Amino acid sequence: MVDLTINNIETSMPEGSTILEAAKSLGIHIPTLCHLDLHDIKMVNQVGTCRVCMVEVEGRRNLLPSCSTLVTPGMVIHTNTKRAVRARRMIVELLLSNHPRECLICNRNQNCELQSLSAELGIREIRYKGPRLHTDKDTSSYSIVRNAEKCVLCRRCETMCNTVQTVGVYSAVHRGFETVIGPAFDKPMLDTACTFCGQCVSVCPTGALTETNDAADVWDAISDPDKIVIAQTAPAVRVALGEAFGLPIGTSVTGKMVAALRRMGFDKVMDTDFAADLTIMEEASEMIHRIQHNGRLPILTSCCPAWVKFIEHQFPSLLDIPSTCKSPHEMFGAIAKTYLAEKLGMDPEKIVVVSIMPCLAKKFEAKREELSGKEIGSNVDYVISTRELARMIREAGISFTSLPDEDFDDVMGESTGASVIFGTTGGVIEAAVRTAAAWLDKDNPSPQIEFKALRGIEGIREAEVEIAGMKLSIAIAHGLGNARKLLTDIRDGKVQYHAIEIMACPSGCVGGGGQPYHGNNIEVLRKRAGALYSEDESKTLRRSHENPQIQKLYEEFLGEPYGELAHELLHTHYHERDML
Amino acid sequence: MSSGTGQVRIALRNCGVIDPESIKDYIATDGYDALAKALFDMSPDEVVETVKKSGLRGRGGAGFPTGIKWETARRSESDIKYVLCNADEGDPGAFMDRSVLEGDPHCVLEAMAICGYAIGASQGIIYVRAEYPLAVKRLQIAIEQATDMGLLGDNILGSGFSFNVRLYFGAGAFVCGEETSLMNSVQGGRGEPRLKPPFPAVKGLWDKPTNINNVETYANVAQIIRNGWEWFRQFGTEKSPGTKVFALAGKVNNVGLVEVPMGTPLRVIIEDIGGGIRNNKKFKAAQTGGPSGGCIPAEHLDTPIEYESLISLGSMMGSGGMIVLDEDDCMVGISKFYLTFTAEESCGKCTPCRIGNVRLLEILDRITEGKGEEKDMDDLENLGNTIKDTALCGLGQSSPNPIISTLRYFSDEYKEHIYHKRCPAGSCSKLIGYKILPDKCTGCTVCARNCPVSCISGERKKVHVIDQERCIKCGVCFSKCRFKAIVRG
Repeated sequence: MVDLTINNIETSMPEGSTILEAAKSLGIHIPTLCHLDLHDIKMVNQVGTCRVCMVEVEGRRNLLPSCSTLVTPGMVIHTNTKRAVRARRMIVELLLSNHPRECLICNRNQNCELQSLSAELGIREIRYKGPRLHTDKDTSSYSIVRNAEKCVLCRRCETMCNTVQTVGVYSAVHRGFETVIGPAFDKPMLDTACTFCGQCVSVCPTGALTETNDAADVWDAISDPDKIVIAQTAPAVRVALGEAFGLPIGTSVTGKMVAALRRMGFDKVMDTDFAADLTIMEEASEMIHRIQHNGRLPILTSCCPAWVKFIEHQFPSLLDIPSTCKSPHEMFGAIAKTYLAEKLGMDPEKIVVVSIMPCLAKKFEAKREELSGKEIGSNVDYVISTRELARMIREAGISFTSLPDEDFDDVMGESTGASVIFGTTGGVIEAAVRTAAAWLDKDNPSPQIEFKALRGIEGIREAEVEIAGMKLSIAIAHGLGNARKLLTDIRDGKVQYHAIEIMACPSGCVGGGGQPYHGNNIEVLRKRAGALYSEDESKTLRRSHENPQIQKLYEEFLGEPYGELAHELLHTHYHERDML
Repeated sequence: MSSGTGQVRIALRNCGVIDPESIKDYIATDGYDALAKALFDMSPDEVVETVKKSGLRGRGGAGFPTGIKWETARRSESDIKYVLCNADEGDPGAFMDRSVLEGDPHCVLEAMAICGYAIGASQGIIYVRAEYPLAVKRLQIAIEQATDMGLLGDNILGSGFSFNVRLYFGAGAFVCGEETSLMNSVQGGRGEPRLKPPFPAVKGLWDKPTNINNVETYANVAQIIRNGWEWFRQFGTEKSPGTKVFALAGKVNNVGLVEVPMGTPLRVIIEDIGGGIRNNKKFKAAQTGGPSGGCIPAEHLDTPIEYESLISLGSMMGSGGMIVLDEDDCMVGISKFYLTFTAEESCGKCTPCRIGNVRLLEILDRITEGKGEEKDMDDLENLGNTIKDTALCGLGQSSPNPIISTLRYFSDEYKEHIYHKRCPAGSCSKLIGYKILPDKCTGCTVCARNCPVSCISGERKKVHVIDQERCIKCGVCFSKCRFKAIVRG
């Protein structure tokens, strides 16, 4: 332990603690900006670049950054002296002097760490009037908008992208006042190895990195009388949307969400969970097929588009291991524009499928050429994130919290507990195992439902599951850095598994790049996941193949799982992509 | 040792004396003696102790005691350690290290090997500017020759100690002279500083303990080991032993490198060695320490030069740039010159240096354009001091020094610019103008014929007039007029 004094209060802290941590333990608040510590997912941005958290330490010539200065024995620290407070204010003034200050029309208005900091410090004047840095907005990608003018160079995105996700798109380029964080050679984001996981957006303190806004196109479609607009909602959306309306974290708002979508004017409100059950039918079949026919193992889940793009760029030699299944919302789109269209007597060309996703990579995925059919066009027409949906609900003047609970529309609205847990790490593989267990262990009247060994928050998890006397070894990774470790070991033949689930975002889709901002608190993600597991428990049907609407779909339309029509509509292929 | 008025050559002892491309020349002047002495007659601890007792301090800028660095690196436990040489000399007008590398490359190699032996490292890297092609060439030759003769490489002189040196070329970013930025650059990363602590001696290059000194510091080491720390301490002062090389430039009669014992008064360097101010002009200030330093006015000319005294005068030793300014130099303009340099060379990592320096520069710009406001001097001082107090690395922490020191000694000059829109030195082009005195003009037409923008009109033998709108204030007419009919003001 290290003894020290902060603001005349004596305390002792474990060795290796920072001044900021010591102050926090005493209830002393020191304003910060660049600092970010998401311990659970091993992301610590401790670069000391913003110089907001400066404090005075006796015996030291200069002020020191409390976020990155370790405590030493006998240290005497003052956090709120005139000198420290003045310096802090001046630093924020400098940042603001180079900021567009268009807060009223900014995507992050009222949800911006720079704005809050300025308010907290009571900045009322910016003494420095010099010109700002002008850069072009990068709107090249379908997922992320990069506006370097709003960047404060906190480097969080860089740490997230390079250290946690190991994708390495961002770094500081140019020098001095012209320094910006961006891709090498000033490439547009679309031409980089970016997976569009959106984790950079999740940690950006300002409006420098935001989601692309597809709300206007969706409103246009809704107001077009010739179109039949179908909304489908991903599992993770329902356990996070409530946060945007002040409901407690971890509240499931499925019924209100459905009601809101109907009031917004969607013609049909259906569930991606239905398609998640469909995915399990195909994926479990593919898994059993590969195991029973000595096919390529392990099989990798393919629901996560960021992860798919990651493997295409980073591990092209392993492109034969992911499942060929399309992701659930793409399967939904393909079925909506064929089976549903036929069933309801609608012209597929008039159907507009809007996916509401916790994810930004789904926006890119929807534009993939291989995910559109000749007759039906794109499987999915528009993707909006949870954050965009929240904004649209407000825009429509809907009082969300006072809405009644409503049910999804029929045909593609029913879902099982298995599909609900798709939204969290371990959920997809557990859903697949539930169905595989039931199929393989036909004589067992009550095959196992919950496979708790597959749950958890460790970045890489391994588990052995016994089904019908067969031992399946399974691995799970969330976060692309963890995925890289796992894939490297597979490529090098160091490990062998039957099946692997990978989700690009730490904690899975509950922590997706399109979710309401978690406020730098990972506990939020855990509560969202908890809400998914509760919803699963509360369902009568908890295995995908038990979904009656799914059974009907195969009977009436698709035929056999993993059969010919299923292949045409529900499976895809991957291709190698360059690193630069 | 002594050459010329008051000069003592330790770091530069072989420069211009030996053939730098011949290791035999170096050996003939007792080269590699010190390495042999260290390897066979001294333990690593004794080497560290000798350097510590010599009181040698870093010649690159901050003056940190070299022996303490070596000791820390020696005590840091690790399978691999590095000896780094900072040859990324970047101050405008400074060429001390370049001269050592071009004139006596072996003295740096020898010192690095001694350091490797002392701290337990077998790998040395010299980070040298690619813009120093001759230095690079001579270092390459020296490394090859020393390796051929068994003075570098495996099992040096049969001692069992191995040490290799390789070069790494810097691309010219000023901030890479900052030690942690330099290490990032060697590792292939962006040249920007790391947080300290951990210090390089504990966690440096590739996170291994690393000793980093600059060229001139190393250039003293072999002499200290060979002649003993007591010998070294006979030069210089108690707190700053030894000598310092300065690149003397500006308005003195003799410009070039000088090496003087620490404690030599500024006056001796400027008047005795430098031969006084050119053209019998009046001395105004000496700028030391380059972009990180400040200006020392005439009243402090007798201050003995050492690390602490320069800091107390608001300047610093820096790497040894010394620019002498006379009455024609505008102190606001000088601040602007240096700040333009640092603002451009900022790596952009921390807020105060990235944005603060640019904002300071904008204020200076305004002042020199006659748009200064009353509050500008306060803003300069407050912002400057905050940048010093909060910047991440030495570059930002010292970048406002030229402003702070000129505000301290030459505030009247700032006030003249701000309140009277006048540049007393007549150097801020937006604040000066040229006028023809009608009673002195003879109408000789010389001014009109030499004006590059043809803005002077007037008939032969009649009074000429300058069109102030079109005048670019180049001063050609002023210098060409033989009748003192043109005045500046």
